[in-house]
Amino acid sequence: MMAGKNNLPAKNSGLADLYRQMRRVRTFEERVGEIFVRGKSAGSMLHLSVGEESAAVGVCSNMREGDTFTTHHRGHGIFLARGADPARMMAEIAGKEAGYCHGKGGSMHIADMGLGHLGANAIVGGGIPAVVGAGLAARNGKKDVVSLAFFGDGATGQGILYESMNMAALWKLPVMFVCINNQYGMGTRIDQATANPRLHERAEAFGLSARTVDGFEVEDVADAAAELIAGARAGKPAFLAIECYRFYGHARKDKSPYRDEVEESEGRQKDPVLRARTKLIASGLMAEADLDAMDAEIAREMDATIDFAVSGSEPQMSSMFRDVYAPEEPEPEPVRTRVERILARE
Amino acid sequence: MAMIETTYRDALRLALTEAMREDDAVIIMGEEVGRYGGAYGVTKGLIEEFGEDRVIDTPISEAAIVGAAVGAAMAGLRPVAELMYVDFIGMTMDQLANQAAKIRYMFGGQIGVPMVLRTQGGTGRSAGAQHSQSLEAYVMHTPGLRLAMPATVEDAYHLLRQAMKQPDPVVFIEHKGLYTMKGELDTSAEPAAWGKARVMREGSDVVIVSYSRQLHHALAAAETLEKEDGVQAAVVDLRTLNPVDFSTIRPLVERAGRAIVVSEGVMTAGVAAELAARITEECFDYLEDPVVRVAGEDIPISVSPLLEKHSVPTPEFITEVARMMLK
Repeated sequence: MMAGKNNLPAKNSGLADLYRQMRRVRTFEERVGEIFVRGKSAGSMLHLSVGEESAAVGVCSNMREGDTFTTHHRGHGIFLARGADPARMMAEIAGKEAGYCHGKGGSMHIADMGLGHLGANAIVGGGIPAVVGAGLAARNGKKDVVSLAFFGDGATGQGILYESMNMAALWKLPVMFVCINNQYGMGTRIDQATANPRLHERAEAFGLSARTVDGFEVEDVADAAAELIAGARAGKPAFLAIECYRFYGHARKDKSPYRDEVEESEGRQKDPVLRARTKLIASGLMAEADLDAMDAEIAREMDATIDFAVSGSEPQMSSMFRDVYAPEEPEPEPVRTRVERILARE
Repeated sequence: MAMIETTYRDALRLALTEAMREDDAVIIMGEEVGRYGGAYGVTKGLIEEFGEDRVIDTPISEAAIVGAAVGAAMAGLRPVAELMYVDFIGMTMDQLANQAAKIRYMFGGQIGVPMVLRTQGGTGRSAGAQHSQSLEAYVMHTPGLRLAMPATVEDAYHLLRQAMKQPDPVVFIEHKGLYTMKGELDTSAEPAAWGKARVMREGSDVVIVSYSRQLHHALAAAETLEKEDGVQAAVVDLRTLNPVDFSTIRPLVERAGRAIVVSEGVMTAGVAAELAARITEECFDYLEDPVVRVAGEDIPISVSPLLEKHSVPTPEFITEVARMMLK
């Protein structure tokens, strides 16, 4: 069920839709892995959110037009769940002109103002304080919108999170902090980096409405997010930690030698996509054949994103000096132009 | 408005006040900007006129102040964030250099970050090594950030007004030694354009290029040189360091054949180094002498007023350097 001019998913329309969104994220991420393996990805930095689909989909199913958000470096799923065009995402990941940022941003700096995506971020915690500012703008403009910062458990080691949570609570801003706890900051497991892994307790200490929810059940994530986002809209800023497991390594090349196979296979048992599928069948909401058909259609859609990205054109060289400053400003002088000018003296 | 006699500090406040009256989107946020009135009194009285929603006292969280200003600018406000001392810029550097400066480019031109970060730096108050620095080179080294450094009462007003109209993030560095400086201000006069340098004094023997408080040291040196040596020194106030107005510098240096760059920032890899390199490259055929940097010493600033004073260029030293060059 899609609605709105920006193709935003409608508010939580039941498990079938949540499943479909999660399957789209899962399949998209698989294709991202594939484009990387084929050497067609521009960036060497690809961070897959496989295993975390319930966080992206559960939370985003409660967002509305006009809401804004920032994400961390593992943000493909969030943007997709918010209604992004996967073909333009894949083109951006491949560094192509047709991408959301014309190939300049890539996987970790994708953004789209039309969908309220204030930007993915390659600095851990870097995108968090922007939602405080967006919250101030909403408050001062009396706009009924909320701004969400998505980040990983690694960002709980960054001071900027606590500065931002304090400000949001102090000024009662329509802001929510969403911590996707996939248990790993790169190769360091949360218990190796965090003395108290009950992350919501930190947010409680700042006076935020705070909860931890198990990411295994997307409906639980969606329900928790619904309640907290509603509170945030009413000026009660919130924090939601979502427990999940990062199925793959930190980045695409990382084979996770730092974690053992038993842990990994147990972690992958906690698959929110399979879980939702099983529940749909068991509860009689959808037949397995219909789910297979849905999955196949999604696979075709995501296959097409690779063709779109691979066949797309490179950015024009002339775009290289563009957008450092506003369009009406002079572009920086290229080094070659300057050197030729200097050495062309009579 | 007619010509008024005012101070650098009051001119800054006037610029903020007028901008806030004209545009509800303008907000001020920072440490002690509201009830306290600003560590150097620039924002005094603004919270009474504009209220707590627009003049926002923040926690001591420099990174989040700048980060929130970035988000506010992206969401339609016109934030003027205040960093109490430029020495604290390290706390904000990710938000400034990785976020504010790069957002327009990384996102393919979708959106800019029209914010101003007001701060102050420099020596002169015996404030010690962590409250006296001139860190403009950090900013100038980052594409995407505009950089303005007013030296005069006129520019305290006009340059700040211009900065608040820029489509891109501007770091606006005041000088703590100038707040009480008096001068005339005509707010209705057409100011020098944003990004244009100002020739404060003509002269064909040597060109002294400077900005911020060192401009006044350069002018004092030029006066001494004229009186005591009969030397005519041109003095240029750059006003903005990004953009740098080289078109104003070039003909002066081509005529004089000699240039001195004066900056309070430390010499090595500093603003003066960049300017000297540029003058050397672009005016090479006209130069009679090497372009000389008269910059801050490569040392921290002392509390001792004596050591502090001599850690940065003095009018006497600038005069001496010009004499050495012209001998």
